Amino acid sequence: MKILVTVKRVIDYNVRVRVRSDRRDVDLDNVKMAMNPFCEIAVEEAVRLKEAGIASEVVVISIGPDEVQEQIRAALALGADRGIHVRTEHLPEPLSVARLLARLVEQEQPGLVILGKQGIDADHNQTGQMLAALTGMGQGTFASAVNIEGQEALVTREVDGGLQTIALRLPAVVTTDLRLNEPRYASLPNIMKAKKKPLESCTPDALGVSLKSHSELLSVTPPAERQGGIMVSSVEELVDKLKHDAKVI
Amino acid sequence: MAILIVAEHDNHSLRGSTLNTVAAARQLGEELILLVAGQDCRAVAEAGAQIDGIARVWLADHAVYAHQLAENLAPLVTELGRECSHILAPASTQGKNLLPRVAALLGVGQLSDIISVESADTFQRPIYAGNAIATVRSLDPIKVLTVRASAFAAASAAGGCASIEEVGSVHDSGLSRFVTEALSISERPELGDARVVVSGGRGLGKAEHFALIEGLADKLGAAIGASRAAVDAGFVANDRQVGQTGKIVAPELYIAVGISGAIQHLAGMKESRIIVAINKDEDAPIFRIADYGLVADLFEAVPRLTAQLP
Repeated sequence: MKILVTVKRVIDYNVRVRVRSDRRDVDLDNVKMAMNPFCEIAVEEAVRLKEAGIASEVVVISIGPDEVQEQIRAALALGADRGIHVRTEHLPEPLSVARLLARLVEQEQPGLVILGKQGIDADHNQTGQMLAALTGMGQGTFASAVNIEGQEALVTREVDGGLQTIALRLPAVVTTDLRLNEPRYASLPNIMKAKKKPLESCTPDALGVSLKSHSELLSVTPPAERQGGIMVSSVEELVDKLKHDAKVI
Repeated sequence: MAILIVAEHDNHSLRGSTLNTVAAARQLGEELILLVAGQDCRAVAEAGAQIDGIARVWLADHAVYAHQLAENLAPLVTELGRECSHILAPASTQGKNLLPRVAALLGVGQLSDIISVESADTFQRPIYAGNAIATVRSLDPIKVLTVRASAFAAASAAGGCASIEEVGSVHDSGLSRFVTEALSISERPELGDARVVVSGGRGLGKAEHFALIEGLADKLGAAIGASRAAVDAGFVANDRQVGQTGKIVAPELYIAVGISGAIQHLAGMKESRIIVAINKDEDAPIFRIADYGLVADLFEAVPRLTAQLP
């Protein structure tokens, strides 16, 4: 079976973001960008399914400006077979992304689609669920284990009280949680090989999707700063402060 | 227009986060409808009818909804929510699983994890692991929202007298089925609802040392949390994780023990009222946001602290 896997280009997770002085967005100029960590886990899972003989082909998709091709190449270096870049001026909202992906699902007819559970930039946690809705597939969100058994995917999900396992009829959508796997690093030879792997480009128009805004970003502000605290020198002093100043114990 | 709130429950009792979600919904309008979908869950509907501010409870009681599978629930919520102005659910794993599917079926966007209601169409939500706050206006006719429970004071669970109406609609997608679950059993309060949370990190060294955290938590009647490092090292189950990808908590008192304070962890607890950090590294970032910091070896400080509490 074929697996579609999506990757998003986001600010590197170690970077401390700053809000722009005009309050219109965060400052992304000259900031290190990388593949969203949950997407790395998605790519790794797809590649492992291929290595296990379950997947025949891994197709990686990214949506956005030309720079996202870097993240597609990175996924190809990790073992994906070919890439599809949907060229848009900006990174679209989750529902638009899901609509574009739904068209690609129709074209490619995958057995499984794997996405990260959320982008660490906008923290939406929506796209996989929306894609599943639009394509009429089942969804295994926040997956920490995926096992393909016959015509079903058994997905163990990280839920609030612990773990839950569900069975999904294939084709299905899976979104990855952090504990699904440990992504590998790309070796230099694989990075070189990835440059030769096929990467096709298309546009929303070509896919027959017109991008629509569902929300308007009015402003972005820094969160309220916490008041600087104090250092105590002993456990006794800490207990005293918690009792008499903070009055929490 | 009516506002639909999807109740979170385990077929027996209502989760506390539903009350916080009702509080958010009360800022949006008058006619609040609570949907209780599950199996043998009339007790939950009865509890829901008591919530202050709820006008009506819709009860969809059927085996297909027993395990809250999004494939069956989403068409139900979509059908019932089509005439509503807003659809809300707590931003729990259940709410996050369900509402984007509902939004897509309705052809509208969704706003995740709102922390304030500015007006009927404008909301604030954290982005970049809580390092920026976005003010966002929804342009869609139906606003689909998940609500960060810790950002809204809970509505009163008593004082309401809503009517309960049965909803007969059954959606069985056949796309998914429940297999099994492994839930952590704990006598302690729910992490998301606790007044006090004690969290342990990598500094504990090994799983057995988590007993120190448990001892302190028992004295304080606290829930136990953990950093990702502690979860990955196997000290404690993943459902204890506090942070961007785990749970978001805002208790009265948060005690971080042996936790350095990575951005992703702070995202889950920095709205706590009082933060205490115990760490032997005086440069640990956690000290920059802690109200009270103690530079000390946790293996000495924590037993001592536990002993001094009543």
